[in-house]
Parts: sequence; C-alpha cells; structure tokens
Amino acid sequence: MVTPIGKALGAAVAAPVIWLASAVNLPLKAWQRATGTNGMAAFFLAPNMAIFAVFVLTPFVINFFYSATSGTAFFLADRTYVGAAQYERLFDCASYVDPSTCREDLFWKAVQNTGLFVVVQVVLMTLVSIITALILNREIAARSFWRAVFFFPVLLSPVVVGLIWRWILQRQGLLNYIFYSVGLEPHDWLIERSSAFTAAVTVSVWAHMGFYTLILLAGLQAIPRDLYEAAEMDGTRPARVFWRITLPLLMPSLLVVVILTLIRAVQIFDEVYVLTGGGPGTSTLYITQYIYEVGFASLLRNPGLAAAASILMGAVLVVLTLLQLQLGRRGEKKGARE
Amino acid sequence: MRTTRTVLAAAAASLLASSALAGEVRVMWYSDGVEGEVIQDLLNRFMKDNPDIKVTLDNVAYKVIQEQLPIQLESGQGPDIARVTNLKELAQHWLDLRPLVADAKYWDDNFGAQADWMRPDGSNAISGFMTQLTLTGGFANRTLFEQAGVAMPGDKATWDDWIKASAEVMKSQKTAAAFAIDRSGHRISGPNVSYGANYIGADKLPAKVDDGTKAFATRLVEWTKEGLMLKETWVSAAGSTYRAAADDFINAQIPFYYSGSWQVANLSTKIGDSFDWVATGSPCGRAGCSGLKGGAALVAVKYTKNPADVAKVMDYLASEAVVKEFSERTLFLPAHKAVVEKGGLNWVTKDKNVGPALDTFVKASNATLPAADALPAWKWGTAYYGALVTRISQVMAGEMSLDDAWAKIDQDIADKVAQAK
Repeated sequence: MVTPIGKALGAAVAAPVIWLASAVNLPLKAWQRATGTNGMAAFFLAPNMAIFAVFVLTPFVINFFYSATSGTAFFLADRTYVGAAQYERLFDCASYVDPSTCREDLFWKAVQNTGLFVVVQVVLMTLVSIITALILNREIAARSFWRAVFFFPVLLSPVVVGLIWRWILQRQGLLNYIFYSVGLEPHDWLIERSSAFTAAVTVSVWAHMGFYTLILLAGLQAIPRDLYEAAEMDGTRPARVFWRITLPLLMPSLLVVVILTLIRAVQIFDEVYVLTGGGPGTSTLYITQYIYEVGFASLLRNPGLAAAASILMGAVLVVLTLLQLQLGRRGEKKGARE
Repeated sequence: MRTTRTVLAAAAASLLASSALAGEVRVMWYSDGVEGEVIQDLLNRFMKDNPDIKVTLDNVAYKVIQEQLPIQLESGQGPDIARVTNLKELAQHWLDLRPLVADAKYWDDNFGAQADWMRPDGSNAISGFMTQLTLTGGFANRTLFEQAGVAMPGDKATWDDWIKASAEVMKSQKTAAAFAIDRSGHRISGPNVSYGANYIGADKLPAKVDDGTKAFATRLVEWTKEGLMLKETWVSAAGSTYRAAADDFINAQIPFYYSGSWQVANLSTKIGDSFDWVATGSPCGRAGCSGLKGGAALVAVKYTKNPADVAKVMDYLASEAVVKEFSERTLFLPAHKAVVEKGGLNWVTKDKNVGPALDTFVKASNATLPAADALPAWKWGTAYYGALVTRISQVMAGEMSLDDAWAKIDQDIADKVAQAK
C-alpha cells in the first residue's frame, strides 16, 4: 500500500521526467514523420556511433598512417614516411616457427605465446564455464550465493586480480607459506616457465569465467523443461541427456562464449602484465604487451612498429568478430527454421 | 592501447588547461623517499613569500615520468617543471632559463658540471639543475655477515670476492640468494665499465658489445644459474621493465645488494633498527671499481605559459640554502658546487647507518672511470641500457645463449639508432 508521502515523492520524481518526455515528444514526432522508422533508429544510434567513431574508428585509421612512418616523434607531420617498411621488419624471418630467426624476434615470440595461450585458455574457459553453469543450474543449496561467488571476480579490476594473485603466487606469497606450513618445498611459481604460463591461464579463467557462466546459465534455463521430463520418463541416462538435449540446445550460447573468449584471449594484457610482467624471460609476453612495450614503455619508443603490430592484431580481431557474426546469423536462421 | 591513449589525452588536456592560468606553476614530481614532503614544505615557504605565484606539486609515480611525460612533451604539453632522470634524450623539450634566471653565472658556477647532461649537444642552455647526484653502489647487511661469521670484503674487493663472501652468508643464514642487482641496464653499466666496457664508439655512436660488457654479463648469468643472484629480480619480467631488489634487502633475503645512493633514505626508513647495514661502494673488476653517476634533475619545460614565474621558482629551489636544506632532509647527495665544497651537511636522521653510507658514496664518486663518467651526457645510453636488460634476462631465463644475446643487443641498439635518426 502506498502512503501519501510515497505518492507525493513519486509524483515529485516523475514530474521532471514527464516534462522532459513531453518537451522532446514534438521534435521527435516531427523527425519520425520526416525520416521514417530508419531515421528514428539512426537518431538513437547516433550518440553511440559518434563515441565509437571518435574513440575506436579514428584511432584505428590513424594507426594505419602511423604504421607507414618511422622515427620517435609522436606527431604524424614530424614522422618520416617509410611505406610498408615496418611490416617488412615484422615479417623479416628466416623461419616463422623459430622466433629467434626473426629480426623482431620478440614480436614472433609474443605471437607464438598468444597462440598457445588462446588455445589453452579458450578450451579451459569453455569447459570450466559449462561445468559451473551445469552445477549452478541444478537445485543445489544456496544456489544464489554460489552464483554470486562465481560472478564476483568479474567485478574486479584486472589490475586488482593481477595483484591479488601475485601476492598469492610470489616466492614469499600465501601459497608458498601454506606449502611451507605443511612441510612441502616452496616453489617459484612465477619464475618457472611452465608454472608461470599455468598461472597466467588459471588467473585469466578465474577472473572471467563468471561472465561466461552467466551466458551459459541463461542458455540452460532457456531449454524447455518438458524435454528433460520426457527423457526422464523414457529412462534416458544423464550422459545421454547431456549429449542429446543439453549440448545441442546450448550450442548458440556456447558459440557466443567461444568467440567472446577467443577475442578476449587474443587481447590478453592487464592481469597477466601485473602478474608476471611478461616473464620469466619472455614466456608470458603476449602481443598486446609487446605493442605496449614498443610503443610506450621502452626507453626509445617506436610508435610506427607498435602501430604496425596493432594493425595486424586488429586484423585478427576483425576476422574473429566476423566469424562471430556469421555463426550468430547461422544460429538465428537455424532457430527460425526449427 | 586505445584506452591508454584516451586516458593520456584527457590527462594532457587537463594539464594544459591548468597550466595556462597566469601565476600558476605546476611541478610534476616523483619520489623515492621523503623528498615529496620536503619539496612541498619548501614550496609552501616560497608561496608565502611570493603570493602572486601558486605552485602546484603533482606527485606521480616514477612510471608516469618515464612513460607519460615524454608523450605529453611530444605533443607540446606537460607540466611547467618536471623532475626527471631521462635528461639528455628529452633535452629538446627543456626551456633555456639563461635569459630568465636572476644570475646565470651562479647557475654556471654551481651546476655547470652537470649542465651538459640535460641540454642538447653543443648548447649552452641552462635547462635546470640536479636535485640529487647519485652513484650506483652496493649495500651489505652487516648483521647477517656477523651472524654468519664471515668477514666483509674490504675496500678494493672484487665482484668475485663479494659474491664469494655473500654466498657463504647465504649458506649459513639460509637467505634466498647471495645478492641481487636491480633489473636495469643502468645499474649493470658501472660493473661493466669496471670490467673494461666502453659503450661509446669513436664516432660517438654506440659501439658493439665489447669484452668488458661480456665479461661481467657472463658472470651475472652464471651467478644467476648457480642460484647466487636472486633470479626473480631479472627473470620475472620481459622487455626493459625496471625492477628494484630493495625490498629483498630490506627483508634480509639477500646479504648484498647492488643499487645506488638514492636508496639510502629508503633503507633507513624501512629497515629502522632491524639490522645494521653499510654502503660498500662498487666492487672492482679488472679495469677499476667504478659506479655510474647520474641522478634526478629538476628541469623547466619550454611549453610553459609562465616562463618568468617558472624561472622564479627555479631560482628559489636552486639557491644554496634551499639545496642544502633539501639534501640534508632527503639524505641525497647534493650537486651544488658551493654546498659540496663548504661541506658541513647535517643529515637529518637518527639512523647511525646513514652518515657512513653517504660518506662511502662521496668517497666512491672519486673512483669512477672515464668510460662511466661519459655515459650520463651520452644520447644513446638509454638505447644501450634497454637492449642489455632485455637480452641478458632472456639468457638468464634460458631462452637464448650468450652469443645470440650479444648479436641481438647489437642489432637492437642499431635499430634504435636508425629509428631515432
């Protein structure tokens, strides 16, 4: 029941909103009459597109110009035009399989590392997210609490994630303290190449799986319950239910998860940079860190080379995005047919 | 990358907007120890005497000075005054204070010895002054040595002597490693020169990696493989990222630490009376016992809208009394000739380790070799340092051989020179 004070407060809040709505109503109607439905769509999309154009598209285009120049100056006018020399430098390799034969060996090392990271992380992320989503979709005790627990790391800044895990995994960190307390030998988790890579993948999965679990959970809850009831009445084994009902109907969500994970994995930087700094050696140096180091962090910067590397990385991301769109459309068509 | 660029643009815009106000001077400052508080106190006094000038001190991380300031300067923006360590490479952005300061002769007489470090080659500009002179050198945990019953090597002890003694302490006291050197090309350059290295070719361009550099770097790699050097300091990062090992020394994880005089205040503050420590100077190689001089300078930026006010602030901060007080309170070695010659600095500390440590650094500054003294004013020093640290840490991580590293270092430096020309 609404009290008189509540009513008054509601009216006070609603008044300016109503006033604003009526004020824009007439111009909007006039715009719609003049431009039709497409014009209205363009009107509402315009602010977002403007932001996209200024902060994404323009830098992307400017990057093309930078990648065709050389020198340490930041203004394009002060830079020397070198055509495709930066790309030639990046591709100057005796063997692409062996980064040490390349002139820009660190670039190819970063490409190789990123490739391995993408494969391992995407598989692991997808598996862990599916398993978590399946568990959270069941009638378990404190289900809402567990959902919040798995989603919580998504809310953390990647830098915070990196710092927390660094504190746990460093030589004098929490994990080694626990090892020491129970009589086990401490381990240099972030200094040994295999364990540093494992740490990078694990931390990345831990930090982002909540988001993908949520997508898959939504997909699971969209599967009609009567299919499961029918399978139960037929006495179908749980494994067969998963393979024959759950997985096929979850496939559209799963595709979204795989593609988003793939894009995110190619872009990996912040939490791993804080966690390992790209080390030990260059074993967790990924492509975004390479671009950052070359363009900004090294003592004599090379914005042209960094721009060329980022254009190549951008091309990979465009391909992945197109793949996502294509698969998404195919999924929609298939759904419509069924 | 795009996000970084957006943030930098916003930051630069806000700095530009604020620095355009008449009578306002913005100082971009970083701190290793307590110098931020000291300079703020000194500036407060200046503003009291000069109410028409408002000086705003922007305390930032050292990383901001290294990574963001150069970008602001390239776009013709930035603060009015900045405290920097990358003096020569950015020299074209500094304001020539010669026509603006009250007495140019005073500046030449007292700061002339380091003026070339921060002005373009062939120029007689007054760009600023060194807020501190630094010298790379070692520190030893005296308490750990005593507990281990190991005698500390003496004045002319070699690197091998120090590592051998520290290794004995490590075994006895079960420390994580015998020693550590900061992950920095600058830091290993003093030892390299002590082993006979010379980075500067006859044409003033970078020379190829020579036997001196190879001799010390090879030892460093071997010591790391043997577990004597704290592996994580160098191996736990890629590229030319700077990593200090000060915390490991402060936590008594290493009995010997090679860094520099700027750590004195930091060690004093954080170690307190937990253990006794001493400065050791630089251990010797086959060519000498050289550290590397350097330091941080306060420079005026030529894009300032208020050059006259900037010169007033700089005149005040460079005055003899202020330099003396700043040095005494921050425990930094002064660069001011008269202050050094008159002596009698009363270091503001109750820590008994500080005075002798600073004296050791003053004494060690007379032992530097010419090849080391030439580096602070040499344009290509940063290119050399970056290549050294990147490749040597790859060798330490087992990613390449030393022979491959030498070739890569030469190639990296040649690329940097070609790119900057």
